[in-house]
Amino acid sequence: MYQTTYHRASSVSDAVKVLGEAEDAKLVAGGQTLIPTMKQRLAAPSDLIDLRHIDEIKGIEVNGKDVRIGAGATHAEVAENQALAAVCPALCHLAAHIGDPHVRHMGTLGGSIANNDPAADYPAGILALGATVHTNKREIPADDFFAGLFETVLDEDEIVTAVSFTAPEKAGYAKFPNPASRYALTGVFVAKRADGVRVAVTGAGEDGVFRAGEIEDALAKSFEPSAVEGITVAADTLMSDIHASAEYRANLVAVMAKRAVQAANE
Amino acid sequence: MGVEGIGARLARKEDKRFITGAGRYVDDMVVPGMKHAAFVRSPHAHAAVNGIKIDAAKAMPGVIDVLTGKQLKDDGIGNLICGWMIHSKDGSPMNMGAWSPLAVDRVRYVGDAVAIVVAETRAQARDAAEAVEVDYEEMPAVTDAVKALEPGAPQLHPEAANNLIYDWEIGEADATDKALDGAAHVTRMRIVNNRLIPNAIEPRAALGHYDRAEDHFTLWTTSQNPHVARLVMSAFYNVAPENKLRVIAPDVGGGFGSKIFIYPEEVVCLWASKRTNVPVKWAADRTESFLCDAHGRDHVSEVSLGFDADNRIVGLKVDTIANFGGYMSLFSSSVPTYLYATLLSGQYVIPQIHCNVRAVYTNTAPVDAYRGAGRPEATYVLERTMETAARELGVSPAELRRKNFIREFPYQTPVIMNYDTGDYEASLEAAMREADYAGFPARREEAKKRGKLRGTGMSCYIEACGIAPSQAVGSLGAGVGLWESGEVRVNAAGTIEVLTGSHSHGQGHETTFAQVVAERFGVPIDSVSIVHGDTDKVQMGMGTYGSRSGAVGMSAMVKALDKVEAKAKKIAAHLMEADEGDIVIENGEAKVAGTDKTVPWFQVALAAYTAHNLPEGMEPGLKETSFYDPTNFTFPAGCYICEVEVDPETGVTDIVQFVAADDFGNIINPLIVEGQVHGGLAQGIGQALMEGCRYDPTSGQLVTASYMDYTMPRAEDLPSFQVSTTNTPCPSNPLGLKGCGEAGAIGSPPAVINAITDAIGNNNLNMPATPQAVWSAMQKSE
Ligand SMILES: Cc1cc2nc3c(=O)[nH]c(=O)nc-3n(C[C@H](O)[C@H](O)[C@H](O)COP(=O)(O)OP(=O)(O)OC[C@H]3O[C@@H](n4cnc5c(N)ncnc54)[C@H](O)[C@@H]3O)c2cc1C
Repeated sequence: MYQTTYHRASSVSDAVKVLGEAEDAKLVAGGQTLIPTMKQRLAAPSDLIDLRHIDEIKGIEVNGKDVRIGAGATHAEVAENQALAAVCPALCHLAAHIGDPHVRHMGTLGGSIANNDPAADYPAGILALGATVHTNKREIPADDFFAGLFETVLDEDEIVTAVSFTAPEKAGYAKFPNPASRYALTGVFVAKRADGVRVAVTGAGEDGVFRAGEIEDALAKSFEPSAVEGITVAADTLMSDIHASAEYRANLVAVMAKRAVQAANE
Repeated sequence: MGVEGIGARLARKEDKRFITGAGRYVDDMVVPGMKHAAFVRSPHAHAAVNGIKIDAAKAMPGVIDVLTGKQLKDDGIGNLICGWMIHSKDGSPMNMGAWSPLAVDRVRYVGDAVAIVVAETRAQARDAAEAVEVDYEEMPAVTDAVKALEPGAPQLHPEAANNLIYDWEIGEADATDKALDGAAHVTRMRIVNNRLIPNAIEPRAALGHYDRAEDHFTLWTTSQNPHVARLVMSAFYNVAPENKLRVIAPDVGGGFGSKIFIYPEEVVCLWASKRTNVPVKWAADRTESFLCDAHGRDHVSEVSLGFDADNRIVGLKVDTIANFGGYMSLFSSSVPTYLYATLLSGQYVIPQIHCNVRAVYTNTAPVDAYRGAGRPEATYVLERTMETAARELGVSPAELRRKNFIREFPYQTPVIMNYDTGDYEASLEAAMREADYAGFPARREEAKKRGKLRGTGMSCYIEACGIAPSQAVGSLGAGVGLWESGEVRVNAAGTIEVLTGSHSHGQGHETTFAQVVAERFGVPIDSVSIVHGDTDKVQMGMGTYGSRSGAVGMSAMVKALDKVEAKAKKIAAHLMEADEGDIVIENGEAKVAGTDKTVPWFQVALAAYTAHNLPEGMEPGLKETSFYDPTNFTFPAGCYICEVEVDPETGVTDIVQFVAADDFGNIINPLIVEGQVHGGLAQGIGQALMEGCRYDPTSGQLVTASYMDYTMPRAEDLPSFQVSTTNTPCPSNPLGLKGCGEAGAIGSPPAVINAITDAIGNNNLNMPATPQAVWSAMQKSE
């Protein structure tokens, strides 16, 4: 790790202020992505602004079907939240399968979606739920938020403060873990509402998380695993790497979609 | 057996310090004035080094010095060597290229070290290492051994034309061809043994300390064999004469072979300490471990196994290409030859065997012994082929093996080894019983109802441990003898210290060696200490690898115990005015047999040291030393049966049952033996299902250089193992031990792959059988 200067922000506005003043500052939340990158000397921010002590971005609120999760909520807090489990257990399940206990007690929702790792789990959930991303500046629909591998529409001085959504009728998440890293080699989140089904796929897309339109259409007609049977996912926009070919990922998209529906119906 | 003697299931004495984080590893060592080193490493797989600029780095904060290979050469430090001479079949000696501890004009793999930076802190050393400017001129690279032999391939060393290190053979080629020509059936396979990265928990580290006043060096290092390190560094690398070089290998967190070898960093830290006049410490980070620890396996073999009309084996022919990486590591040459081809007879009567091995340079990390070293490769070749043959011949895999088992001992194979004893039927029976082999078809049917493909696979392995008879290995090219030393020191009040040349880096010697002493004298193991890993304490030793600590190291100790016991009996007889022949020592006292006369053990010891009343002419003291040179290898063998369920939708393999029935001869501590088997199985299953080192074929970059990309087996990947043992005691050593450290890693990979190929009905599957590999194989069979 290179030398860096640490700041503990007390509020979102405080963090924004330091962000503007420092030469090349980075926000740090759980540090589960940023710190390993710095240790490997692949990132060298001049300043680190710690968001973990800002109360206004913490907590999980559930009012009826309306859910608001602070950007600072850890994966463990989301996984274990009883009120959330009552309205959207699939998201708890997703959070419970990120990394290991250590990672889940440090890593945050805000950090995960801001980082937009193409193999991260949360982007699939946020996109399929049609959630809204709240920042210090604006509200961004999930459909607009993710912008390619490790890219989002966030400005340099923009901080994610929360994510909100209305719980769907049913939802399910099925993850096929990368054998080495246990990130998603392919993960599929399905959310069913009265007006349709949204299916989001992580881990597989060449440009990161994406919606699987064909599967959505089929599931809108019949929200059953069998509805996915027979759908061949095109491999040409999927990732190929040492862990999995595009063809294998295409197969996994269909299989995981089926299993996600099965989980949603249980 | 006493409660703490041979055969007792004791928890390990050393676990308290390991579990409580109180172990003392090389990186825990602090010497006054100590500074920190970082290595400048090649980012290229193959490049000429046209110059190195160190001025900017030298000016960085905290930097004490930056040293390069040229200075190392100027100081007369020698090249690293391979210590086992192999001759090609045309009689020519192996073609060994030069390996300078710091590359001078050429780098040959990503991670090859070109310079060392010594600085006040580790971070400063790293910062400065990045400021060293190396003028590389990139050259084409080759990472695949088969491709490296092809015409026009990039050439690594001027000494090795066509990258060929040797072209070696064993057995009769013509007779084997003839046997195969006359065979009723020949099973042919192309067998790939995947390259592995060892991944000991503790990364390698070295702390070199030159004491100017004494003109003396001390090296703390992560070594499995500190005495061999001292010998090699003195005799070949010109670091210092033996009496001026102390090597200490304290607690070492796993080795699996990767810490046998003498690496550049150890030599360079010692030399740099003299150059800079400060103690120099280096500890690898995990990336360096991936890049620079010696890798394992990486063979490609063409195999033909012939049978007569009665399904008896008539001959085996194997043609192997072995990837050696960019340089020849210390024992690399012996692995695909005498540790591999000599085991190709397996558990079977095979009248003719011929094996040809070509060893090849490539632009990858050096490859050397890794848990099993050659024997896993031999077992994989033979046991994959046997199982395949059974399928082709339409007979049960168990029957085919049974029909061909060696049943009379000693048995001389056509490939040097002379098996002393064994009972292969017994382990096969034990494994089949434990696995409920007969019930498999019903389990397969039941799995089918759940949408799962169930398969069973078997592997009957043999291996050679207890390396090795010195004269025999000397005649085969080994540069060292492979005996072991043991010294037993009884202290004046009766406690006992055993000094051994074996080295424990996870094996539990502090417990098992003490158990043997406890058994002998009936003293508590707590009164017995095991001393190892320091050339100033233990005079000489050959270290631990090849499952040799029990069969060879303990045997040396037993010989010393014999001498101590003989002298103690003389003293006891004298004290009790009895006949020496009537003395027995047990339960912590010496007794006159058939009487109630006794002397406590501590009084015998005390008498030896007060020397007030010793037999006429006897020297005071109670301390004896022995060297033990084995007369033969030992031959652990066993049968493993694996059952898997494959998810046809994803290709995920679940090992639902794994049975291991091993014959290790006698056993000192069953708990530790089971632990060794469990660990070995985890590594073998890791190789079969998960671990696969991959280099980019054009750039030569290691693409599996972290745990994000290199899959290690985890607890949740493994079933609860069903392990048991059968026993034919080894006749060649005093305790009847065969060794158990590598068996699990040797026997398990073919069992796993045989099970998966059985489940999916497609034999075309290489390791690691990742979900994607299994799924792809299934697509092809449809
Ligand atoms: C061993 C291991 C296993 C893992 N396994 C998984 C897995 O299975 N699935 C998975 O999805 N992830 C996995 N992760 C990643 C983990 O979930 C991270 O926690 C997450 O990706 C980043 O969250 P963080 O809070 O740690 O962010 P940090 O590492 O602190 O920051 C990440 C990035 O986001 C920015 N950032 C952080 N918070 C905000 C904010 N509020 N607004 C704007 N930008 C912000 C930072 O500046 C930085 O660029 C794993 C990580 C590790 C170390």
